[in-house]
Amino acid sequence: MKALLQLVGWFEDRTGLIAKIKPLMEHPVPKESKWAYVFGSATLFSFILQIATGVILATMYVPSTDSAFQSLSHIQNAAFLGRLIRGLHYFGASAMFLFIGIHMLRVFLYAAYKYPREVNWLSGVALLILTLAMGFTGQLMRWDQDAVWSVNIAAKQAARLPLLGHWMSRFVYGGDHLSGITLTRFFDLHVFLIPGAMMALIGLHLYLVLYNGISEPPKAGAPVNPKTYKRQYKELLDKEGVPFWPDAAWRDALFGSLVIAACVALAATVGAPKLVPPADPSVLQANPRPDWYLMWYFAVLALSPHQLESYIMFLAPLVIFGSMLALPFLFNQGERSPKRRPWAIAWVVIVALGVLGLWREGVKAPWSPRFQSPPLPNSLPASASSGAMHGQVLFHDKGCEYCHMVNGLGGLRGPDLSNVGNRITKQDMVIRILNGGRNMPAFGGILQPDEVTDLVDYLTTRRLRPGPNLSQIR
Amino acid sequence: MEIAGVKITRRLLLMGVSIGAGSLAGAAVALPLVGFFLGPIYRKFPPVWRTVGPLDKFKIGATVQVDFLTSGGLPWDGPAQRVGAWLRRNNQDNFTVYSSKCTHLGCPVRWIPSAELFMCPCHGGVYFKDGDVAAGPPPQPLQQFPVRVENGQVEVQWRPEQVQYVELRSPCNGCGKAREEV
Repeated sequence: MKALLQLVGWFEDRTGLIAKIKPLMEHPVPKESKWAYVFGSATLFSFILQIATGVILATMYVPSTDSAFQSLSHIQNAAFLGRLIRGLHYFGASAMFLFIGIHMLRVFLYAAYKYPREVNWLSGVALLILTLAMGFTGQLMRWDQDAVWSVNIAAKQAARLPLLGHWMSRFVYGGDHLSGITLTRFFDLHVFLIPGAMMALIGLHLYLVLYNGISEPPKAGAPVNPKTYKRQYKELLDKEGVPFWPDAAWRDALFGSLVIAACVALAATVGAPKLVPPADPSVLQANPRPDWYLMWYFAVLALSPHQLESYIMFLAPLVIFGSMLALPFLFNQGERSPKRRPWAIAWVVIVALGVLGLWREGVKAPWSPRFQSPPLPNSLPASASSGAMHGQVLFHDKGCEYCHMVNGLGGLRGPDLSNVGNRITKQDMVIRILNGGRNMPAFGGILQPDEVTDLVDYLTTRRLRPGPNLSQIR
Repeated sequence: MEIAGVKITRRLLLMGVSIGAGSLAGAAVALPLVGFFLGPIYRKFPPVWRTVGPLDKFKIGATVQVDFLTSGGLPWDGPAQRVGAWLRRNNQDNFTVYSSKCTHLGCPVRWIPSAELFMCPCHGGVYFKDGDVAAGPPPQPLQQFPVRVENGQVEVQWRPEQVQYVELRSPCNGCGKAREEV
């Protein structure tokens, strides 16, 4: 023990590190900053997990369009502990998304972006943007079918930008089309440039937390006044401040450790998502989908009104992130307590419900045709005509079933036709089939007249409940 | 010495030299770095004719998938150099080759032979057999590649697909229309 103390003393004499770090660790923080404050450090723990697992994965991952998928497949299926490490990287990313979202909502609810912590908030918004960029570029590292088509989707979206669209699209590809450079550039972004920028911003963020102090839990009727705030905050710390380490930090350490433990458990049991077929732009039977944390955006792209989607693609990020960046300048003083800021609570509820709702729609993807729908089982009455039986076959073969559901089978793009016979007349069916609609092709040039008749005959048998059989009306 | 009313002291001069030399050295490194990073964006690839099969391989009236390679590939391109497209033989000598990328957001459209439609798996875009938009969000028809027959072989000209700038539509065009439902 004596030898160890001597060694520490020798080290401290030459570096002075303990003398510098100890006051930082023991800086006073508000006594009431408890469990609501652990999500920022949980995000940091997740980021460190990503760096550690990413560095290890990079020892075996080959960032080449020729070999990336094979190397990842080797990591997943053959390398010692590879499946676990890849799973850790995946769940670490998921945890980071989850906790950065909760952390920002907490900061917003507590109005901790107000004076003097405006720059803390700005650096946090920048970190959120970079985290989203890490999620997107990370998905591309798999270089599977989802990845290669996601690049095309990103390039197409970039092309919608007025004036700069052409160059932005080329920037995404690293040229005028997909090539070997596309992946190496995204690798560079994912492994060097974005993490480097994040480390710098995290350093700034932590420095500002020390410089401005941890925001005290808000109290109704105690508004922020820039002229008096710093003095009041110092008085609060002098009166009832506690040292960050260990009085407050133990919660961060415990919660962060539980997050890491949960990631390890999930990686070991559930594992990372299965690898879909390797990237090959000549394989057209692909069904690209984003990872779960970007699924809400998939829904935005599908649900946007066609007239508005170009505006949404380039204006929505500007408006959303612009508003977030402007927030601390527009409202940098006044009440912090959510009790006195009902609109803040309403915003949090709207954002949370909006993202959850979009995410749910993205998972369901009712707008996507269901190519795997099997031919409909025969559910026709014995008295059904041969035309109706042929119509049932046509309903599948002509792709109607990809978008319309009948008795639980088929797609969700169009209305459920299980009881269409109750709802519309034969004449209306013919008009709709021949002319189509906004989301339905006109089959007038595709179906023969007798096929239309057979299809309508089949649809008229689709009646689930007693009632007027409108299909009999001609 | 004074410049523009500012007295140039030894300390000020040394500061100027340090910052100036540092800026020059930084720019001397930063400019090539940025240039190297952005260089590929300006690289252009010439169109190239690629053989996709003999004439008699394709039935009149049928639409089939054809695969070919882009031009100017890099040694490590691997599958990234491949392109899948849809070829339709209209008559004895006339072919049309459609890009497989949906004009909405670039997902791979697939040909449904029995329905004679191209359908996109992502956001529900649908095209007729001639590439025109049939339904859904695509703003433009499918792009086409030039095609020719040379010495009994069908050849497709690969060229970088035009990055289409989709003209912004009036957000109120169509406002007030009743929602179309069955």
